[in-house]
Amino acid sequence: MKNMTKKQKNLLLRIIAAAVLMVVLAVLPLKDFLPPEAVGPVRFALFLVPYFTVGYDILRKALKGIRNRQVFDENFLMAAATVGAMALGEYTEGVAVMLFYQIGELFQSYAVGRSRRNISDLMDIRPDYANLVVGGWTPGAGGSGPEEAENAGAGSSGITGETGASGGTGTSADGGGAEQIEQVDPDDVEIGSIILIQPGERVPIDGIVVDGTSSLDTAALTGESLPRDVRKGQEILSGSINLSGVLHVRTTKEFEESTASRILDLVENAGTRKAKSEQFITRFARWYTPAVCYGALALAVFGPLVSMFVFHKAGGWPLWSDWVYRALTFLVISCPCAIVVSIPLTFFGGIGGAGSKGILIKGSNFMETLANVRTVVFDKTGTLTKGNFVVTKVCPAHTGSEAEGKNALPGAQADAVAKTLESSGISGAGVQQMGTGAGEDMEDAADRLLKYAALAEMYSRHPISRSLKEAYRKPLMSVRIGRSKEISGRGVITELDGYPVAVGNLELMQDQGVVIPAEDDHSAVETGTVVHASMGQDYLGHIVISDEIKPRAAEAVRALKKAGVTRTVMLTGDAEGIAAHVAAELGIDEYHARLLPEDKVSRVEALLGDRDKEGTAPAGKGKGTLAFVGDGINDAPVLSRADLGIAMGALGSDAAIEAADVVLMDDDPTKIAQAVSIARKCIRIVNENIWFAIGVKFACLLLGALGIANMWLAIFADVGVMVLCVLNAIRALV
Amino acid sequence: MKKTYKIDVDCANCANKMEEATKKTTGVKDAVVNFMALKMKVEFEDGADIDSVMQDVIKNCKVVEDDCQIFL
Repeated sequence: MKNMTKKQKNLLLRIIAAAVLMVVLAVLPLKDFLPPEAVGPVRFALFLVPYFTVGYDILRKALKGIRNRQVFDENFLMAAATVGAMALGEYTEGVAVMLFYQIGELFQSYAVGRSRRNISDLMDIRPDYANLVVGGWTPGAGGSGPEEAENAGAGSSGITGETGASGGTGTSADGGGAEQIEQVDPDDVEIGSIILIQPGERVPIDGIVVDGTSSLDTAALTGESLPRDVRKGQEILSGSINLSGVLHVRTTKEFEESTASRILDLVENAGTRKAKSEQFITRFARWYTPAVCYGALALAVFGPLVSMFVFHKAGGWPLWSDWVYRALTFLVISCPCAIVVSIPLTFFGGIGGAGSKGILIKGSNFMETLANVRTVVFDKTGTLTKGNFVVTKVCPAHTGSEAEGKNALPGAQADAVAKTLESSGISGAGVQQMGTGAGEDMEDAADRLLKYAALAEMYSRHPISRSLKEAYRKPLMSVRIGRSKEISGRGVITELDGYPVAVGNLELMQDQGVVIPAEDDHSAVETGTVVHASMGQDYLGHIVISDEIKPRAAEAVRALKKAGVTRTVMLTGDAEGIAAHVAAELGIDEYHARLLPEDKVSRVEALLGDRDKEGTAPAGKGKGTLAFVGDGINDAPVLSRADLGIAMGALGSDAAIEAADVVLMDDDPTKIAQAVSIARKCIRIVNENIWFAIGVKFACLLLGALGIANMWLAIFADVGVMVLCVLNAIRALV
Repeated sequence: MKKTYKIDVDCANCANKMEEATKKTTGVKDAVVNFMALKMKVEFEDGADIDSVMQDVIKNCKVVEDDCQIFL
């Protein structure tokens, strides 16, 4: 109770006072010490005290509402019902209705406040301050390597904290020298500033580590409990907590644009995109309240008339007061608060709870779509596989091809038998040879193939080119690189020393009129991406690049199927063989290989058509929705085309966060199924609340009209239902 | 032109009413009230004078729900 607002405490006091007074008055034997004719008026006067204590604000609001021609609100309902009850002489009930209504209001306001606080605790990633290093920063003060010199570029003087900075300054021992730091509002930190993050502090702004090593707790961002090690040169995201070492960070974004601010913004604004059920309730409340008011009026007027003239009951005051009483119970029952508050509360809890698990849902409406997912389409790379292409084989062309080969570049002919090489991948020594009798020549051939491939892909930003360059660790200088042309979905053609070198897939080779010798054609048996290289018309050989399947991908697909997804589809630009291999491994229903980026959009559109046509949903459950899962790289159009776009591990990519409807902060594919089950639970609670509240209210209205329900039942139908709905709604926040 | 304002209001239905009232204000193209976050997002018509429109919005909101506040 201690974290109540002043308003709430005030209301609580009024409720307690009124309750005590009411009970005392109800049992007080006024008859014993008052003359009989005075008992009535005195009782009335005395009951007015608790009545006004607890309900004066409601009465005032009701009057204002009438004056502003906004008659049918809950204040009017309560005022009319209680004034009516008092007029009928039901003093205890009149006060009780007001009292319980206020208890309901207090409970609701307390519950809403609690979950607001819970969400902000769950999403407690907003940093309060930043330690700005002022007066310049000297890198390497703690004895770091000499290559750090470049990082000092933006640092102004390079003198360590000799100039005194005004304001709250403090010193920190950082290995060597002391430096001047100032605690500032993160909003005031400019891009490119150096900030200091002590162990235990929250990273305030996105940036790059320029000094120090540490491990970061990123649980608040990604839900990942294992700490992440960071060292110089690595990017760190605001919102994570520095666990062990002191870090110097050069900020790369403003506070407002930093990850923590963006996430909070997303979660807080999620409620502005309202779900269908929310809109339904808003519309429902709009006609429901007036309808019940007129219903009550009709009951009070026509009820007695009908009984008198149709059922020939005796008229007179008892009959009229009975019907007025029924009408008043109508008014009490009719208050729409329970449903109106519990729906947004549920969504808020669901979205907040998901956020704390690293699943950002951008609106209540997407909760509904997510709960209804029947088809999940994966973009293979980056969602099911790691997207860390590694060169696993280098196979230069057989010498056999030399017969027809007119190798243009001296020394370029592959004169050794094709050898399978494997990248060591661990020691960073690049590609090492495996096999028997590795001669100089053969090494040359493999080396040359890799070198040409790496050179040709020099200016490409495709992931494949990165792995080629990584595999070939030697300096790429000896050859002059000429014009380079990238052909989407095929590869690149680059002039090396004037000779056109084509590096890419089979189609590219065919386009170039290159004939691949039969003995070199392993494409059918490889389980990776096969990159062919040719120079002019000559085939140089192929390189196999493989992408690892994520460890939890199979589990993710299984979990989705368990959650009711009936169709899983994988889209990839890779060759048939790899696609089939990955799909089989993961138990994915269907795959489409060799897709260009624009094919993915049309493929998703075709799947959307399928969904509309046949209905992949089980009978009676309506049409299911289609979710597309991508890693946020190059798939923004598909993300926005699907019913629901899910971007994975996309914290860094602004475009993906923009285009996607659901953002998974880390790249664990099992989060998709988790998101679906959170949404299911949320929607289930919403539906329970809607039907429970509406059901109970209509049942009570019916009983009230028949004269079976009294005011106490009406109070339950109003306040009791609201409390139950709110309690149910709070379940969403787990 | 879109702007977000902090608001204070006690009940969810009142927030819905504020949303309605704001939408009907001249100069406002669209408005969304987020009761749980206590925020109100207003999209203004092109060329609308934001300050005076917001004064009208406050007036209209006060009519439907006396006990509400919008922090400009």
